[in-house]
Amino acid sequence: MTGEKTEFKWVGTRAIRPDGHDKVTGRAKFGSDFALPGMLQGRVLRSPHAHARIRSIDTSAAEALPGVKGVITSADFADQPAELAAAGEALVNYRDMVRNVMAREKVLYDGHAVAAVAATSAEIAEAALELISVDYEVLDHVIDVDLAMEPGAPILDEELEPAGMEASGPTNIAKRVDFDLGDVEEGFAKAEVVLERSYTTAAVHQGYIEPHAAVASVSEDGQAQIWCCTQGQFMVRAYTARLCGMETSQIRVTPSEIGGGFGGKTVVYLEPLATALSRKTGRPVKMIMSREEVFRASGPTSAGSMTYRIGATRNGVITAFEGTIRLEAGAFPGSPVQPACMCAVAPYDIKNVRLTGYDVVVNRPKVAAYRAPGAPISAFGAESIIDELAKELGFDPLQLRLKNAAKQGTKAAYGPTFRRIGYEETVEQAIASEHYSAPLGPNQGRGVASGFWFNIGGESAATVNINEDGTAVVVSGNPDIGGSRASLALMAAEELGIDYTKVRPIIGDTSSVGYNFLTGGSRVTFATGLAVVEAARDAVRQMCERAAKIWEVESDGVIWRDGHAVPASSNVGDFEPLSLADIAAQSPKTGGPICGHNAQNVQGAGPGFATHICDVEVDPETGRVTILRYTAVQDVGRAIHPSYVEGQIQGGAVQGIGWALNEEYIYNERGQLENPGFLDYRIPVASDLPMIETVVVEVPNDRHPYGVRGVGEVPIVPPMAAVANAIENATGVRMEHLPMSPPRLLAALDAARLPEAAE
Amino acid sequence: MAKHHVTTTINGEPVEFLCSTRQTLLDVLRDELNLTGSKEGCASGDCGACSVMLDGRLVCSCLVLGAEAEGKSVETIEGMAEGDRLHPLQQNFLEDAALQCGICTPGFLVAAKALLERNPDPTETEVRYWLAGNLCRCTGYDKIIRAVMRTAAEVRGEAS
Amino acid sequence: MARILLTDSLSKQFTGGVADFEVAAPSVRALIRELEERYPGLGAQVRDGFISVAIDGDIHQDAFLEELAENSEVAFLPAIRGG
Repeated sequence: MTGEKTEFKWVGTRAIRPDGHDKVTGRAKFGSDFALPGMLQGRVLRSPHAHARIRSIDTSAAEALPGVKGVITSADFADQPAELAAAGEALVNYRDMVRNVMAREKVLYDGHAVAAVAATSAEIAEAALELISVDYEVLDHVIDVDLAMEPGAPILDEELEPAGMEASGPTNIAKRVDFDLGDVEEGFAKAEVVLERSYTTAAVHQGYIEPHAAVASVSEDGQAQIWCCTQGQFMVRAYTARLCGMETSQIRVTPSEIGGGFGGKTVVYLEPLATALSRKTGRPVKMIMSREEVFRASGPTSAGSMTYRIGATRNGVITAFEGTIRLEAGAFPGSPVQPACMCAVAPYDIKNVRLTGYDVVVNRPKVAAYRAPGAPISAFGAESIIDELAKELGFDPLQLRLKNAAKQGTKAAYGPTFRRIGYEETVEQAIASEHYSAPLGPNQGRGVASGFWFNIGGESAATVNINEDGTAVVVSGNPDIGGSRASLALMAAEELGIDYTKVRPIIGDTSSVGYNFLTGGSRVTFATGLAVVEAARDAVRQMCERAAKIWEVESDGVIWRDGHAVPASSNVGDFEPLSLADIAAQSPKTGGPICGHNAQNVQGAGPGFATHICDVEVDPETGRVTILRYTAVQDVGRAIHPSYVEGQIQGGAVQGIGWALNEEYIYNERGQLENPGFLDYRIPVASDLPMIETVVVEVPNDRHPYGVRGVGEVPIVPPMAAVANAIENATGVRMEHLPMSPPRLLAALDAARLPEAAE
Repeated sequence: MAKHHVTTTINGEPVEFLCSTRQTLLDVLRDELNLTGSKEGCASGDCGACSVMLDGRLVCSCLVLGAEAEGKSVETIEGMAEGDRLHPLQQNFLEDAALQCGICTPGFLVAAKALLERNPDPTETEVRYWLAGNLCRCTGYDKIIRAVMRTAAEVRGEAS
Repeated sequence: MARILLTDSLSKQFTGGVADFEVAAPSVRALIRELEERYPGLGAQVRDGFISVAIDGDIHQDAFLEELAENSEVAFLPAIRGG
């Protein structure tokens, strides 16, 4: 499919994004910017306990408060059977989902919703929350994944039956998964060097700057409209319909502009509550989370704990890799432990691999997808132990990676044999970079690490409407989270042969465009992009037919070239080329509107790989780490809009740096989150960072007409190990726990210094 | 609860509004005056998405009460472009792809404009520290810093 | 004959540990039928269990009608979604 063209007019240019002006002038409407006449304000009462049984809820005093129009609790939602549905990378059980949006028998985490109020003002709604009385029987809680797996740990769900293993009594283990390739015993027997290490990572939040927000309006005939910030309007429609007992055709979801998601907006929190409140009150209801609610009640990603064993020959061939990965799911099953296992050593050609994963429920919010879900956690450990192996073998860490690099024909530990991939190219480019050989000063160190993500396709639908004046509108269905309108318009302009500024991409609501799987999995430019390209080709085919009618020739006698219909050969006849505008203008007389369409379940996503180089300076007095220089090399297949490709890589790398150095959920002894704000949950700020250098490698994906692989997720996979490896290089101290915050690093430095002091 | 009557100037226009004692300037801008370009990311002064100018000083409008705007001049993102002409910072944010999701963009633009008015020739470090009160989760800041530096050079009349 | 590769979890659950075997099937649909016949429950799990199918290295989220070549490698893995 690819290789049709390598020279492009629009693809690969740095055009101004179609939604740009609205976003630099404050005109763009995000989730909380929407309002309706007569709208009520909704607020949620949240559990102050990490784990408690709800004995009773009394809402009568709240209902009696003037201005309060409605109060809902779990009694307003029918219970759901245990049934799986795809949600982000994870699978969601509707029985769990209905309990997550509104606690039923128990509250399972600090911040768990127990009731919601709609009132004529936010002040009244907040006052009403104070009047709701909940009788709790407080239970022991458990948050740490290793503690939750121990015998005698507080049990979240007595009914939980683990999948993939036998359990002798109640457990917090929801699932065990196993991946096996070759024969690890044989692999370790061949090894001349064997290392075994354990690593942990903290729970971190996606940290989008825009809190969740939704407006719902249910009319008397049961038809509902929802406006919300989401990564998937069709996901919101499906889940809200299910939880509110409605049909999907009764709900129309319009996605607002979205202020960041990173996977965290692939589930519903407020939408079913606002819909239920609107239905109950007969008024539109707006609900916005505060920042504190975002941290306490929306999806962090798992904390993780892992033990790895790696074996290699002295000449640098990795012969075996074995590991156990334990991930917190939060209050309900569904951590990304499977992709964590599948991605851990995916960049490498290792013949013998065994990985076991455990999905463990604990008393914190149910995890949501977060950028390459699971992979950054497992890769932190894997890329750290590979670094230690390189040191042990006396190998340059990138040369060791290159020696063991997965390539076309390598059988991945997670099953399939790789088609053409660009991992080796990323390592080679990293080795060749000026950065990799630049000198370092005292207390400075350099680390490298690699990463992998599958990328996905999925259901995609798009329409390309040719307007009567020779312009075009591209209608697709994925919220634009980082410039996807621009990439879709560039590809459409390329196909149609018209100016990029004449192509207007819009994002349809659930009733105005065919079903699209959500924005996630690095799929939009790849999969929805493919649907847009095919829809544009459908429009071109129709325009060629119209030209054939105008010229009174057979339709196969017309081809499309540079935005014009031209005769396929001189045999067809001698006709002046007809421009897209010419054909559009005559469309009423030649058959009516010209609308290209395509809908498909896109398959064949191209795996993505990256290799990062990080330089740090460690302050030996304080343990503070300064990122001095950072280079990210990534195979993206093809960069449709290079600026936004670079932006994805830079942003992902910086999120990873935050995960490495500072970000973590901190709980008190009662299991309450102590740092639910940006002051204490510290994401990277501009003064923490250098420029993030990018090297874009383009090994085209032959399943996409322009070679796109997908770009957004891979860059968050390598940074944690790259930083840890750089710290080790600078100090000789190996950090095996995230975050490597100043107090932790200082303690490790002090521990390493003690023997010296004692001498 | 009696509301406060406040007389102020917003983006050069005289504006009067009523607000409750607890409403912040951000609440008033967004909920009473429909100026939703200023965003609420945290309501605690940590993210800078609500940055506005108040009598020429850069403030988080979530930390200012609506009543405090009495007699003062407020400048928001909505007043940054002149007619259909974008401010050079706005134009360069577009050209340099200094935004991804765009939620933090109004705050960054207001803050960056305040910087360049005060210091037309900032170093990269100065830009980074001035903008350290504005959080962006998408871009890693790289392209934002470059766009601000390039704008400063252009405004100074230097080729970038 | 298509070569079928199962994850450890699937082979433990359905095939008594057999993770690498061959099946004659011209399409994924036929393969599912064949698997169900040979290892009751496995075909249904592949059809309904949120499993992605990698055919010659291409991951398919919802494979059913896809054709299989004479020597296709078909690997079953947990459904991949993403953030």
